[in-house]
Amino acid sequence: MTSPSARSGSRAVTGALGVLWRVAALAAAPMAVGAQQATGKAVYDKWCAGCHGTTGAGDGPAAEYMLPRPRDFTKGIYQIRTTASGELPTDADLLRVVSDGMPGTTMPEWRSKLTESERTSVVAYIKTLSDFFKGAAPKPITVGKAPSSSAATIADGREAFRKLECFKCHGQEGRGDGPSAPTLTDDFDHPIRAADLSRHWTFNGGATVEEIYTRLRTGLDGTPMPSFSDAVDAKVVTDEQLWHVAQWVRSLSSERAPEVREVVRAARVSGALPRTPNDSTWGGAERFWIPLVGQVIVKPRWFAPTVDGVWVQALHDGKQLTMRVTWHDPSRSPDPAWDEWLGRIKTSMPAVDSVPLSATQGPDRLTIQFPMRVTDDAERPFFLGGDRRRPAHVWRWKSAPDQLEVGRMMGLGSFTAGAAGEVTHAAVFDQGEWRLQLTRALAPRDTSAAPTFREGTAIPIAFFAADGSSGEDEFRSSISAWYLIYLDVPTPPRVYVAPAATMLLTAGLGVFVVARARRRDRGNRRTTPEEP
Amino acid sequence: MKRLFIGGMVVTAAACGGGGDKGGADTAQGAAPAPAAGAATAAAGGGSVTGHVKFDGAPPANPTLDMAEEAACQKKYTGPPVDPVVMVENGMLGNVVVYVKSGLPAGQTYPVPNEPVVLDQRGCLYHPRALAIMAGQQLAIKNSDPVLHNIKAQPKKNRPFNISQPTEGMTTNRTLPTPEDDVPVECNVHGWMHANIVVLPHPFFAVSGADGSFTIKGLPAGTYEIEARHAKLGTKTMSVTVPADGAGTADFTFAATGT
Repeated sequence: MTSPSARSGSRAVTGALGVLWRVAALAAAPMAVGAQQATGKAVYDKWCAGCHGTTGAGDGPAAEYMLPRPRDFTKGIYQIRTTASGELPTDADLLRVVSDGMPGTTMPEWRSKLTESERTSVVAYIKTLSDFFKGAAPKPITVGKAPSSSAATIADGREAFRKLECFKCHGQEGRGDGPSAPTLTDDFDHPIRAADLSRHWTFNGGATVEEIYTRLRTGLDGTPMPSFSDAVDAKVVTDEQLWHVAQWVRSLSSERAPEVREVVRAARVSGALPRTPNDSTWGGAERFWIPLVGQVIVKPRWFAPTVDGVWVQALHDGKQLTMRVTWHDPSRSPDPAWDEWLGRIKTSMPAVDSVPLSATQGPDRLTIQFPMRVTDDAERPFFLGGDRRRPAHVWRWKSAPDQLEVGRMMGLGSFTAGAAGEVTHAAVFDQGEWRLQLTRALAPRDTSAAPTFREGTAIPIAFFAADGSSGEDEFRSSISAWYLIYLDVPTPPRVYVAPAATMLLTAGLGVFVVARARRRDRGNRRTTPEEP
Repeated sequence: MKRLFIGGMVVTAAACGGGGDKGGADTAQGAAPAPAAGAATAAAGGGSVTGHVKFDGAPPANPTLDMAEEAACQKKYTGPPVDPVVMVENGMLGNVVVYVKSGLPAGQTYPVPNEPVVLDQRGCLYHPRALAIMAGQQLAIKNSDPVLHNIKAQPKKNRPFNISQPTEGMTTNRTLPTPEDDVPVECNVHGWMHANIVVLPHPFFAVSGADGSFTIKGLPAGTYEIEARHAKLGTKTMSVTVPADGAGTADFTFAATGT
């Protein structure tokens, strides 16, 4: 699988590659192993050592801010392989991770930055960091073709997922919220998340059915994810069922990664607005994906956020605007089952900016930010809660106690509550997913303290989220850039009348033209003498 | 990206099932060393080292486990299940691996015992919690619980493995080809499950039972350094002389403070 960014990136370097290609071809033709490793070391020292460390022990200066941590190459243990559990990865496996990155982690793709020769060289160098690579070359397992997928095979996959107890870690809906999820650690005792299987664009080893199946067969070494090859050999599960599990997992997310759009459209509904987050009306409302990243601007910063995006849906009826924000968080914070998890986060993550993490779980949070007033040029306050000069209007929701505050912010940590009761809310937590609905009249009670939502106007909007079970709070959180929300205007009657009138006119004209042509044709026949 | 699959490659993993199944004993003896009276390898000795492992002082409290999320395991216990990290009964310490550390003739090789060493998962605990195995000897991993276990071994000198056993009665065989002092084994579905394996280059080892007793058999006459290793309490060593066809004695004492 190639991410869109990787594709556009690779296009960008195609030109440069053309030149480098010839140079590399000359240099690399039968590049001596030693020379390749030397090139690889130069590439490694420049691009990789910052995270993976100069000796490859996964302890570069940036490593301690990351979770999961960068790979320790001296151990020779790799997650993404086409080889059996415990085997080394093939060169192609290593090249693939270097080229495509690990989407669920801080490991970026290098396809667009490094030439293939550089990437191949760095793989050769990485292999010198563990003695295990001195043995025989590893052999990939045999992976057949995926059987064709149907509703029946997907249903069978879901059943096998249940029977194999995959939900123990991944949760019933695959959102990484199973009962064992809070206890999971990697080989270095750092806390590790059970993968959220409903977001294929975060899968480290790729998201095709073949790739998911391969992960089931090989396991992800260094993590709690085991190999199911022995279970197939022991006929505890059939190979076909394993394929079906992969098909079910793939069916949990859309065909493509969600597209990021600047404008969230609030469609105008003529009937009643949905009343609860689980109202079936929401099923038909368009969803907008808003990506979130760790808050690394204001101290204390946070480099390992739980929430990496929210889905936003919005509807209005000309009087009220209602929004549903949906996001995945494996814990409904605070939850005693996650105490151990927070303890591990506290041990693994340094006290960034000298502010230690709280020892107790806070609530989950979702904050929506607007400008105080909507101007014609969509003027926006500073994106992190505004500042003294230009405060932001915010809706702050917390999970425990379930509470919504409306007020004004002058930067993170500076909140002044305003009039209560103006925005109504309802929150539902369901198997690792929060659904929060917020509703307000288009016109606020005090137009100087809150923006007026006008139809046909784009209103700046931003989102912050935090997971209390991972030590997140107002500062240690996920943040978005400014987006816009646009309230659809009611459709004027002429929109329907004009096309109908045009159609009638065109049809009439057509009839007229055809009739005239026929008449002329008849006239011509009469005047043309027939051939003898 | 394009994936290259080389055709005709061998399917993964060792064949499975069948392995010698002698689950049950809480403190299994390491495999009975049965060195064949083989030609190139060492002649079988008739000597042995026997002894007891004692625990001095008040034993530390073992953690009580909350198996509420796993009813199938919880119901195998009458009271609250306990993780026997330090297993002391009447002042005797079980789960101590005792083995020949040095004293065997240099360059001598020994046949690998045919009997597998069994690691059983029962009541969401490992039985035994401490194991010894000869490098290359079969390790038969057995699931006696009707729930999913994964078995994750984290050696340093051997390659790791992480396999799943989703059903009761499933047995999987693995070997650890390189001697190594400590291979931790854990289950990630049940984070409390831990076991430790000592991998030895020879078959002269035993694991102390609940009464602290152990016997290392098949030793030729000689003077040996015998080491006792407990996963939490560390190691103790002593020198023992084994007469031809006779028994040397090695009694060890551990204390809560460790070595």
